[in-house]
Amino acid sequence: MKIVDRRSMVRVRRSPASARARALPAARLMLILAALALSGCESWIARPAGPVSGAERMIFLDTLVIMLLIVVPVIVATIAFAWWYRASNERARRLPDWSFSGRIELVVWSIPALVILFLGGIAWISAHDLDPARPLAAKRAALEIDVVALDWKWLFIYPQQRVASVNRLVVPAGVPLHFRLTSATVWNVFWIPKLGSMLYCMYGMAGTLYLQADRPGNYRGVSAMISGDGFATMHFDTEALSDAQFNAWADGVRTTGPTLDERAYRQLLKPSSAVAPYSYRSVMPGLFDAIVLQRLPPGQGSAPTP
Amino acid sequence: MHLLGQLSWQAIPFDEPLPLVAGAVVMLCVAAVLLWIWLKGYMPYLWHEWLTSVDHKRIGVMYCTLALVMLLRGFIDAIMMRAQQAMAFHAAGYLPASHFDQIFSAHGTIMIFFMAMPFMIGLMNLVVPLQLGVRDVAFPTLNSVSFWLTAAGALLVNLSLVVGSFSRTGWLPYPPLSELTYSPDVGVDYYCWAIEISGIGTLMTGINFVTTILKLRAPGMHYTRMPMFCWTALASNLLIVAAFPILTVSLALLLLDRYAGFHFFTNTGGGNAMMFMNLIWAWGHPEVYILILPAFGVYSEVVSTFSGKPLFGYRSMVIATMAICLISFMVWLHHFFTMGAGADVNAFFGIASMIIAVPTGVKIFNWLFTMYGGRVRFSAAMLWSLGFMVSFVIGGMTGVMLAEPTADFELHNSLFLVAHFHNVIITGVLFGAFAGYSYWFPKAFGFVLDERLGKWAFWLWLIGFWVAWAPGYVLGLEGMTRRLQRYDVAAWRPWLLLAAVGVLIILAAIVVQVAQLVVSIRTRARRRDLTGDPWNGRNLEWSIASPPPPFNYAVLPHVEKQEPYWDMKQRALEAGHLQTPEPGYSPIEMPRNSPTGFICAFFAVVTGFALIWRIWWLVALGLAGAYATFVVFAWRDVEEKVIPADEVARLERANRAARSEALAARVAHGQTQ
Repeated sequence: MKIVDRRSMVRVRRSPASARARALPAARLMLILAALALSGCESWIARPAGPVSGAERMIFLDTLVIMLLIVVPVIVATIAFAWWYRASNERARRLPDWSFSGRIELVVWSIPALVILFLGGIAWISAHDLDPARPLAAKRAALEIDVVALDWKWLFIYPQQRVASVNRLVVPAGVPLHFRLTSATVWNVFWIPKLGSMLYCMYGMAGTLYLQADRPGNYRGVSAMISGDGFATMHFDTEALSDAQFNAWADGVRTTGPTLDERAYRQLLKPSSAVAPYSYRSVMPGLFDAIVLQRLPPGQGSAPTP
Repeated sequence: MHLLGQLSWQAIPFDEPLPLVAGAVVMLCVAAVLLWIWLKGYMPYLWHEWLTSVDHKRIGVMYCTLALVMLLRGFIDAIMMRAQQAMAFHAAGYLPASHFDQIFSAHGTIMIFFMAMPFMIGLMNLVVPLQLGVRDVAFPTLNSVSFWLTAAGALLVNLSLVVGSFSRTGWLPYPPLSELTYSPDVGVDYYCWAIEISGIGTLMTGINFVTTILKLRAPGMHYTRMPMFCWTALASNLLIVAAFPILTVSLALLLLDRYAGFHFFTNTGGGNAMMFMNLIWAWGHPEVYILILPAFGVYSEVVSTFSGKPLFGYRSMVIATMAICLISFMVWLHHFFTMGAGADVNAFFGIASMIIAVPTGVKIFNWLFTMYGGRVRFSAAMLWSLGFMVSFVIGGMTGVMLAEPTADFELHNSLFLVAHFHNVIITGVLFGAFAGYSYWFPKAFGFVLDERLGKWAFWLWLIGFWVAWAPGYVLGLEGMTRRLQRYDVAAWRPWLLLAAVGVLIILAAIVVQVAQLVVSIRTRARRRDLTGDPWNGRNLEWSIASPPPPFNYAVLPHVEKQEPYWDMKQRALEAGHLQTPEPGYSPIEMPRNSPTGFICAFFAVVTGFALIWRIWWLVALGLAGAYATFVVFAWRDVEEKVIPADEVARLERANRAARSEALAARVAHGQTQ
């Protein structure tokens, strides 16, 4: 399948939480500024690059603002009470036996309960809206990408393009991406922070994750779960390109590089780390399913390097 | 079959100088201390009065000592990790991945199992029977066995430094990485057997304390009069009894996979590692409440004492404690929202996790109102508590954020998560342990720790913590994952360097704490507290001498109110003298000291070591030895020793005299509070 429709507008469903978030524009603005100042411009929290990370940032900031509304007064009150009622303060009124007030008790149970009721509502709605397995609402069909975590590199299979890539994920911007995730060895976590949700890659199972890059760019992807000696080098670049560039890339890949058949896969399965990105001109059909259905053996790990 | 199983000279890491030198230094230090004890002739005293003691107070002190030593070990790991990450920008740093992975695994394992747990259990041992107004825990010898099994586990973990290697899978051994295929060395075996052995000790502690609190209380000590620390200890030990068997079983299943070719969690043969994830967190989440609840108890005692007021909202606090105890079993799935369970499941567990914030919030408010209208004295213990209240709410806030499943999809396994749990464990559990350490040290030893150095330590810890871990929150938001031996993102570097500075500030704090202990011991003569009540305390532990006599109470107290000792003092102050006439003293029977625990633990170490290296004849020998120890103990002839009435009276009169004098001084100064 080629992705040719460049004019269609991608419309991504807005998270219901975003409407609520407008309730506190000033506080939100300040927080975003703080986040920007703190973390430069390259983090998902400062500048998300997709609808999923954007919605998740909204949830993050909403929760932060609502929690700060209680946490800040509590911190101030703690310091104020301790200081005002210091033993040396002559002006403080002492109540040495005061230890119960029904009204205060009611308030101290109600405040956290109400906040959690509200945040719990957000949690329920957003957990359903942003379920990783839920397709993004977009006019364009999703691009299929099968991800296999290996010791210690990433294999990206493009079943529609029938090509594959190691340690380099090339995607078209503005198109929903449908990832199927598995591992051919120990567990890993597939995470591209600028695009959104992370998900476990587990041997014998296929996870479903929908993401999308809104604009062209280069976004860092990582494994977020310790998987052995080569773990720290198990990151990759996600290159979001325009449709034309993406198609050109896929066409180019189809004419260069080795073929990914069962023998090449077994070779790939052997542990190696910091592998320079390369691509496969073709992929044997059904490779991903064969891995998930355990028709191909798992990686055997390696003796620890000294 | 090899006589020594898999053990050979290759197990000693001659090619890695770092652990070898560290191990050699530690062994030299231990040898030097033992030699000094032996030359000074302290060996019999140490053996008869401490190592074989079944006295809950001495066991408590030994637990806390173990915790402090392990804090140093775990902290050295922390320094090494921070140094590695400060250096490893586009570089290999000084630690290879296989070594770095062992360090973060050992750091987490030691800090949770052999620092935080023994510290809390140590404080409970020291204080709970005193607060309940009883003479010991329900099963004193079992208590000693519990302690020594914990120490055995700690010894095994530290042994891996020089003989073999430690686990490289993180503080929880997630399969399939921890399976034999992917971790073929003995590291995971060291982890599993150490935790199995110490876990049995912890479970017995749980049984012991639940029984003690439910069945052994002074006359009149109703549930609604129990000090808050006892309530939190009860909740914590109920959780131990319910949760630790899950840990033991899940590690046992993993061990069956590794030793006997089973397939519970393997990649092949129908195993499923998701099962381990669920099981380990069904223990793991209650575990964090096992740690934090007693710390909440400490804060309740300290804030109330140093505000000179009863705890505000006692009943709310009890309800909140028990609510946390119950709900903590219903939230384990929030540790793996990103495993892909689906929206309904994630949302349910997200909301359940947030609900815990309600009783926790209530507790914070109630400490706040305990200070309201009080007379706040800024002792070191009170500073730890205030530092906790101010910092812990931030940790709680980030906890609620992580409990939002959708936010967690961008935060899980990042340094944001790591910063969150360091925030709650350090400023929650560890500050609580330090507050308890400052507060009850005079009760255990009869002299007060140096307050000035204690306050220095507090400020350095507080500042050091925030300098070390505020960057963690930022790094997490910048997409940095945990456990990275090297990295190549320039934006992370300044934050990691700042975190390294934070660790140095904490190092200064720890140096000050060591100095505090040394200075206080050297000047103990003028720090002596003869009354047994240095802080104007409110609960029963302050109504007896410091250190308390072996039997704690010459005559069991009759409790008529909450805060029974405060009540007694008020009546005495009003009357102008100690009201109660001297009671008739009678001989007291106390359990005899027993080497059972020590010997059992010796055989447990032998068995564990033999299992790790698959030396099967030694396994049989170790188990036979442990069983023989049990048989000898079970068939003992004399169970108790009798402390004669004269001796009881002599010890008690000295304290009564000091107490009356102090009271008279207060009356003379016109103090009525």
